Formats: sequence, C-alpha cells, structure tokens
Amino acid sequence: MRKDCTGLTDYLGTQFLPWGRHPRPTNQRAVFLPSISSSLTGLHGQSYMLPYGLGRSYGDSCINSDHIVLPFSDHNHLISFDSNTGLLRAEAGVSLGTILEVFVPQGWFLPVSPGTKFVTLGGAIANDIHGKNHHRAGTFGCHVSQFELIRSSGERLICSKDSNSELFCATIGGLGLTGLITWVELKLIPIRSPYLDTATIKFRNLDEFFDISAELDSSMDYSVSWVDCTAEGDNLGRGLFMAGNFSERTKTKHPPKLSIPFPCEAPSWLLNSLFMRSFNTIYYNKQRQRRVDALTHYEPFFYPLDAVLNWNRMYGKRGFFQYQFVIPFGNDRSVIKDIFARIAKSKRASFLAVLKTFGNISSPGLLSFPKEGVTLALDFPNQGTPTLQLLSELDAVVRDAGGSIYPAKDARMSPEMFKLSHPRLDEFLRWKDPQFSSSLWRRVMESQ
Amino acid sequence: MKKILIIGANSGIATAVARIFAKQGCALYLLGRNGEKLQTLANDLLIRGAAQALTNSFEATNLDTHSEVLERVLVEFGDFDAALLAHGSLPEQSECQNDFELTHTAYTTNMLSPIAFLTWLANYFEAQKAGNLAVITSVAGDRGRQSNYIYGSAKGALSIFLQGLRNRLLVHGVTVTDIRPGFISTAMTKHLVQGPLFVRPESIAGGIVKAMKRGASTVYLPKFWRLIMLIIKLLPEFIFNRLKL
Repeated sequence: MRKDCTGLTDYLGTQFLPWGRHPRPTNQRAVFLPSISSSLTGLHGQSYMLPYGLGRSYGDSCINSDHIVLPFSDHNHLISFDSNTGLLRAEAGVSLGTILEVFVPQGWFLPVSPGTKFVTLGGAIANDIHGKNHHRAGTFGCHVSQFELIRSSGERLICSKDSNSELFCATIGGLGLTGLITWVELKLIPIRSPYLDTATIKFRNLDEFFDISAELDSSMDYSVSWVDCTAEGDNLGRGLFMAGNFSERTKTKHPPKLSIPFPCEAPSWLLNSLFMRSFNTIYYNKQRQRRVDALTHYEPFFYPLDAVLNWNRMYGKRGFFQYQFVIPFGNDRSVIKDIFARIAKSKRASFLAVLKTFGNISSPGLLSFPKEGVTLALDFPNQGTPTLQLLSELDAVVRDAGGSIYPAKDARMSPEMFKLSHPRLDEFLRWKDPQFSSSLWRRVMESQ
Repeated sequence: MKKILIIGANSGIATAVARIFAKQGCALYLLGRNGEKLQTLANDLLIRGAAQALTNSFEATNLDTHSEVLERVLVEFGDFDAALLAHGSLPEQSECQNDFELTHTAYTTNMLSPIAFLTWLANYFEAQKAGNLAVITSVAGDRGRQSNYIYGSAKGALSIFLQGLRNRLLVHGVTVTDIRPGFISTAMTKHLVQGPLFVRPESIAGGIVKAMKRGASTVYLPKFWRLIMLIIKLLPEFIFNRLKL
C-alpha cells in the first residue's frame, strides 16, 4: 500500500483476476477512485491505467500486469429513469443484474444481454457485448444513447452519435482503452412478463442446425444453441437449439433464486475427456422429444450459469481458455464442420460450445466483434502447450474463412490475428488514450 | 417498518441495506459524512422505489452536534420506526500503538459517536413505546486480539452498552439489535488481503433487514461467525495468549 501525490492509495491488485483465471496478473496495483467525479490527472505517473468492472472478461483484456487497474464496480448508483420511455442513466459500475432486479418488476428489460448478468455497464460498452437477440437487435452499443468519458488529460466528454462521435465509436468495443466511462445512458425495452415462450429443439447434426436457425430466427427474438463438441461422425455438431420470445403470460409462483457457490478450485484431473464426453451425452439426451415448448423465466433462459457462482473454479488452478470466433456467411457450413471435427479429434473439448448466427445490424463500435455470420464460443481447460497448439490451428481455419476472434475472451491470439480481426484498428489508434493500456493490448501490439 | 433513519449511510453495508428498504418502498433518512455521496445514494434509492430519501451530513468526531443532527431529522422526516447505526472506521492498529491521538479518534468514531446518537435515540423510542435500534458492531468486539484490539475494544464496549440498553428498553416495546459482521469487502477493508472468508456487503444486507424486522438481539453475519467466535471465546487464556491472532 502506498500513497501517491493525489492522496489516493495504491493497493495490491492481484485479486483482480480475469474470469478464465489465466493469465494471473503480476505486480498489478489497484487505485480506488472516491467518486465518479474524481480526476485522473496526476494519478498515473509512469503507469498505465485500465478500468476494471466485475472481471468477467475471460482473458487478459481486463488485467494490467505491472500497471494499475481502476476498480469501478462500487460506483453503482442509478442516476435517472424515465418510466415513459425506458431511458436509464446510471453509473458505469452498475451491473446488468442490478438493472434487472430493479426494472423487471416495473416491466422493463435490457435491450441486449450476454450469458451472465454479472457485468457492469462500462464493461458492456468496452466489449460491445452481444446476446441471444443479435440477429434482431445488434450489439449493446447499438442501444447506448450517450455516456461520459474521462481522459487522462483531465477532459470530461459527453459522447454520443452527435457529440464527440469519433470517441463514441472508438469507446464502444474499445476494450477500456479510450478512457474511463463514468456514466451510461441506454434505453430499456418494455416487457409484459418476466417469462418467455420458449422452444428447445434437438438437432442431430450441423445441417439440421442451419436449417432450424434459418427457419426460426425470423420469428424468434432470442436464439442460441448448445453443441456437443465431443460427438463425431454422423453425430458431428449435434445439439439443442433454444429460442424464445417474451411472453404475454406469466406464472404466479416464480422459480426459487438459486445461487450455489463453487467452493474451491477443482482438481485438474476432474475435467478429463471421459467426464466431458459423459456430460455432453447426458445433456444432449436429457430431452427425449425433438421439440419441447415451455413458459420459461428469464433467469434460467438467459443466465443458466449464474446459478453457480464462481463456476470458473471448476477448471482448477490452471484456469481455462475461452475461444470465440465469427465467420461470415458463405462457406460457413464447411468451416464450422471442419472446426468441430478438429476439436472432437483433439479430445480437448469441454462443456460449453455455443453456436449462434449474427444478424446484419452493424454496431457503431470501431473494434466491435460481432459481424454478420456464424459465431461459435468454446471453452478449453488450460493444459498448456497442446491447448495452445489446438487454438492456433483453429486460428488458421478462422483466418482463411475471413473470420475474427473475440478479444474479450482471448488470452493468447497472435498480434497478426488481432489485426486481422479488427480491420478498423488504425482508425481506433487515433482515439486510444495514451495513458490507458492492458495486458492484452501490450501483448497484441508489442510489434508496434 | 416504514420509516428508517440510517446513520453512516455511505458505508458499503448501510448502502446495501438501504437498497433493500428502498425496494420495499420504505421512506429513508440518510446521514453520513460526505453530503454529495449521500445525494447520489438518495437519488439511487428513489429510483429503486424508496417512498422518500432525505439526506444530511454530519461529522462523527463532532460529538456536540449529534443531538442537533437528530432534532433536525425529526423536523424534516417526522416520527420514524427504526434507526440503523453503521458508521465507523478501521484504525491502523500498529499506528495506534504509538500514538494515543489515533486511538482517541478511533474510540470517538467507533464508540462515543454511536453512544451519543443512541442516548438521544433511546429516549426518543422509549417515549414512543415502539421501534428498533440496530447497530453494526463487529466480531472483533468479542475478544481482544493483538492485531486489532483498539477497534475491537471500541466495538466491544458498544456491544455491552447495547446489552444494557436492550435490557432497559424491552419493557417499553423497543428492540435493540447488535449486528456483528465478520469480514466484509467494503471501502473500510480494501487495504486488507481479501481471504476466502470475505463476503460482499450485499450478501449480509438481507440478514440485517430480517434481524431488524424481528427485533433480534445479537446476530452474527454471515451466520457461521457465531461458531467461529464461540470457539475463539472459549479458548483458555494460556492457549489464546500464545496465538498470533
């Protein structure tokens, strides 16, 4: 602990980890700002700063080894809400979970939500997150009307499509590198009920997935698929397609709110290929009929994993890698098949393979990840070199298909892959704050 | 419980509790040191459903002003049903050992200031013949340990004060609740290495609201601290004194 010239205190910041628990930050310090009106000038000295929300980015985009993180999740006050239009202004540390807790009972929902509600508004913008309704609503950044950004120069800027619009676009998906977002204004969407009319449809292979997706995405606001990535041969790419629309109906008795803590790091031998294969087979076969329709509460539909707090500890001490890419439509079927075949063959597959099609609504963000096409997210326990080799192999397939890798989930992509994934990187560089950086940024930009 | 006074409302624990009361539609009066932060919180609570959220600032070390502050609450807020005292500071034990002034300030903030408020509040609730007085103390007050006995003894004295007050006010229909949290990650503890026993204030706020509503006497939060502290209290001195706690 030491005090600097601004009177703020530096604390040991090693407990601010990424969600994948790999890599672990080293010599990272944390500076807590007293309020959102605090200044950043004089704070940084020789160090780079990086805002830190709830640490749900999987890799090193949310950590800052040898430098400073600015933990922001305690700046979590709601500022104003217009109950006629759904326009909400809140401090950037407010979590999506808080917004749901306060506004679902009043008949409002997030315009876009990822698979966890434990992310902050600032993080949602910095990674321009997407959700099950990308094909209908685009990314989170599409629904943000304005926000305030503090730069290391001391400037406080209101950014929107009309004012400071370049910074607005650079900050959406800008990985927290354009400055500190203090508050955010976005528009919530009206809902009639906290329940969705959902359909879960089994598909026996990838061709069936693409057919179902093409058929249902036009009538369903939300859709996502889980894929058994241990299956091979005729079963390659089998899984469950889950889709829904907010319902007019409701139930009087809400499901109990479960939150089971995952108590400690699991031993690393637990997630072996036999265990993965059994889990995937059981999960695939839990549904007998081809299609099951139900009235489902939004919590289990959107946030199934949030019921197990700290599920990331399941992957043990060495943590895990997430890998998400998008490839444009075209030869997507053969590319996805190729990737599934490689994963199944490697026997390194895991629980969570999530497949979805992105629509054509483009985001204002310069570095925004989603683009029209097919996206697949996977997680792999960190088994060192063999895991890294497999991921590099997949990179090559994605690159040849003209695809991109999602930096919010990355801890290992090459500088070259980062550049290929972000065609507007040069434009972004003009707006990056010179005193902001992250472990990821230094890793992928080291050649420059 | 419809109208609640919260003293030290900017603290992590009090904020989490205030948000639950707000969700239930209660009216709140917030006292704290930083008026600007209180106003930000009041705004947040109104959006979350609070019927009312008034604020005023005070300085814990200005003991003389405490009764005036409360008189003003009465004028602005009217009669209220419960009060939660949550202000405090965690002094640096090693620095206090070399400087009595620091110990004095720690005692003023953690013990004398709450007692000054409680003196007024006890008489107020006694006359009203109803109400709940809840005070955040600490597990540190259960037994003096070398690492933390300045803070611990201030909180311990407060706990004994509350015991007597409870004894006095029971016949008048007033309940006195001693809330003893374990390790909570808040602004007060962020310089400590956060071990596995640390929990977020949101995870104990529900327990505090429940304890206030049923007028509980002493609650440990999270609950497992009752067992830990029981063991620590039962250790014989000749063993305890050899431990580096």
